[in-house]
Amino acid sequence: MTDTLSTAVSHELDGNALLDAYRTMRTIRAFEERLHDEFATGEIPGFVHLYAGEEASATGVCLHLDDRDAIASTHRGHGHCIAKGVDVKAMMAEIYGRRTGSCHGKGGSMHIADLSKGMLGANGIVGGGPPLICGTALAAKQKGTGGVGVAFFGDGASNQGTTLEAMNLASVWQLPAIFVAENNGYAEATSSTWSVAADNIADRAAGFGMPGVIVDGFDFFAVHEAAAEAIQRAREGGGPTLIEVKFTRYFGHFEGDQQTYRAGEVAYARENLDCLKRFRARVTETGQVEAARLDAVDAQVADLIDAAVEEAKAAPKPTAADLETDVYIEY
Amino acid sequence: MARTISYREALGEALAQEMERDESVIVLGEDNAGGAGSPGEDDAWGGVLGVTKGLYHRFPGRVLDTPISESAFVGAAIGAATSGLRPVAELMFIDFMGVCFDQIFNQAAKFRYMFGGKAKTPVVIRTMYGAGLRAAAQHSQALYPIFTHIPGLKVVVPSSPYEAKGLLIQSIRDDDPVIFCEHKAMYDVTGDVPEDSYTIPFGEAGVVRDGDDVTIVAIGRMVSVAEEAAKQLAESGVEAEIIDPRTTSPLDTETILESVENTGRLVVVDEATPRCNLATDISALVAKEAFGSLRAPIEMVTAPHTPVPFSDALEDLYIPDAQRVANAVKTVVEWKR
Repeated sequence: MTDTLSTAVSHELDGNALLDAYRTMRTIRAFEERLHDEFATGEIPGFVHLYAGEEASATGVCLHLDDRDAIASTHRGHGHCIAKGVDVKAMMAEIYGRRTGSCHGKGGSMHIADLSKGMLGANGIVGGGPPLICGTALAAKQKGTGGVGVAFFGDGASNQGTTLEAMNLASVWQLPAIFVAENNGYAEATSSTWSVAADNIADRAAGFGMPGVIVDGFDFFAVHEAAAEAIQRAREGGGPTLIEVKFTRYFGHFEGDQQTYRAGEVAYARENLDCLKRFRARVTETGQVEAARLDAVDAQVADLIDAAVEEAKAAPKPTAADLETDVYIEY
Repeated sequence: MARTISYREALGEALAQEMERDESVIVLGEDNAGGAGSPGEDDAWGGVLGVTKGLYHRFPGRVLDTPISESAFVGAAIGAATSGLRPVAELMFIDFMGVCFDQIFNQAAKFRYMFGGKAKTPVVIRTMYGAGLRAAAQHSQALYPIFTHIPGLKVVVPSSPYEAKGLLIQSIRDDDPVIFCEHKAMYDVTGDVPEDSYTIPFGEAGVVRDGDDVTIVAIGRMVSVAEEAAKQLAESGVEAEIIDPRTTSPLDTETILESVENTGRLVVVDEATPRCNLATDISALVAKEAFGSLRAPIEMVTAPHTPVPFSDALEDLYIPDAQRVANAVKTVVEWKR
């Protein structure tokens, strides 16, 4: 039941759509690289897990989604947030613990959410998201919105009971759900080649009676194509799909991880596999987008990230009056 | 001989000495060695807390990394404990109990009773609790009251490197399931710890400081917060007695009651949220058993009834500090009918 997709054609995307995709991926990359630098200064509190290297997954999937659709994310959630349209400045302010942040400083990096955008939150619990997505998909199905739910989870979460139960339930109920297993090679420091007993996470789809697909996660077009098919099937009542996206995490499990368990694969991936480099090469070679337009996006994104950091640092922190609010709607 | 070592090192030493002493002791958890199947260093992490670093090579085959499957490996530790091993499982953050709680509270905790006294489940679940590292709502909770609530579990909350080592060794040798709660802001705290192996018995509170004016019962990291408050209070002539229960289950009620009978005043300091926590539990005990000795209403210093906030500005307000403890002591000392 598992198919490996070859690099797909991009006939569905016109120049503007390609530029949007590039902008999203570039924004995620710039956001994460900047956080990596800022974290080293000691100014960013708490635990930060970066998504750099994995941009094609969030972008390739979320480009098909709109406000009817919900996604659930992981502790490595910044990329999913950006791809689903969460305000970048509010995200940065949240990570800095400011009152102007997406969650008013109460959530932090691991809990950024924007329900108005169908972004159910990054998640501090491995495997926390997939069951929730069964719920959003059930709601979409009951209400007949045509919406879908997408659960992003890692290779680590692919071994959690919650994830496996959710996939079974989604299939039993024929829910409009898509399970995107982002296999970046490591659950913390543990290799997925060790922790996942099957050859591929996607192989498990057969056990849950749904199609399983493996895609090259560094190839935006491959992800985009696989997601198009799964999302269309879900919207048309055809039930869930498991998509395994394979790539390499560019940074450590968390910022500060010394990564002594790794051996050079990041440098190789950055040089030879990188999703942004490959995207740029392809769309400029085919003449779909001029290099100058991509350069302009790069500059705009750099300015946006600069402004986001500057504004976050200048923004006020929450105060004592905020400590006990928002626990309940009414109490 | 005592040397000054960290809370982290004290825990690691306890594990190593027990693994040396007893072949049935095994250690398991996520990245407890670290780097399984990876191209670089093995034993790369020693757990996310670094507590188990070095054990992997020293005790071949007895330090097991696990997939991120808490129900499976915590359950496996429990099952192995029923079958002759003494597993020490690491549940990385206490917050993750949500993923595997059934194995702990419906299985491990109940075997002995349900099976008519025939089962023995000598498992230790080491887990990290507490706020202060800006780790936010799902990685910062002080959930030991939930475990304390469950008959059949023993619950340990060590307050210093010395306590950590002696209590962990006791936990491993204990024949019942033990939840061992380590505060995440304490791993680098240092203190005098004997090099030789030693145990601290369960259910025997430590009297950390003597005093006649007020009894402060403090849990885990709150013991050091209470000590800081006591120093401050001594300057204004108020002498606090500080009691560290060490284990919330079993609870040394005798030492607490004796102290309150002497001081007539009680402040309980508990980092957990205020409903059904150790502060309410101990306050109820004292209100019932030492009512006649009380010269003022009991004060409880706890976190507010909220999840743990992320922003440092809020988290610093959330965690009980020495000033709040001192204020509570002043309230009970100055109270007049």
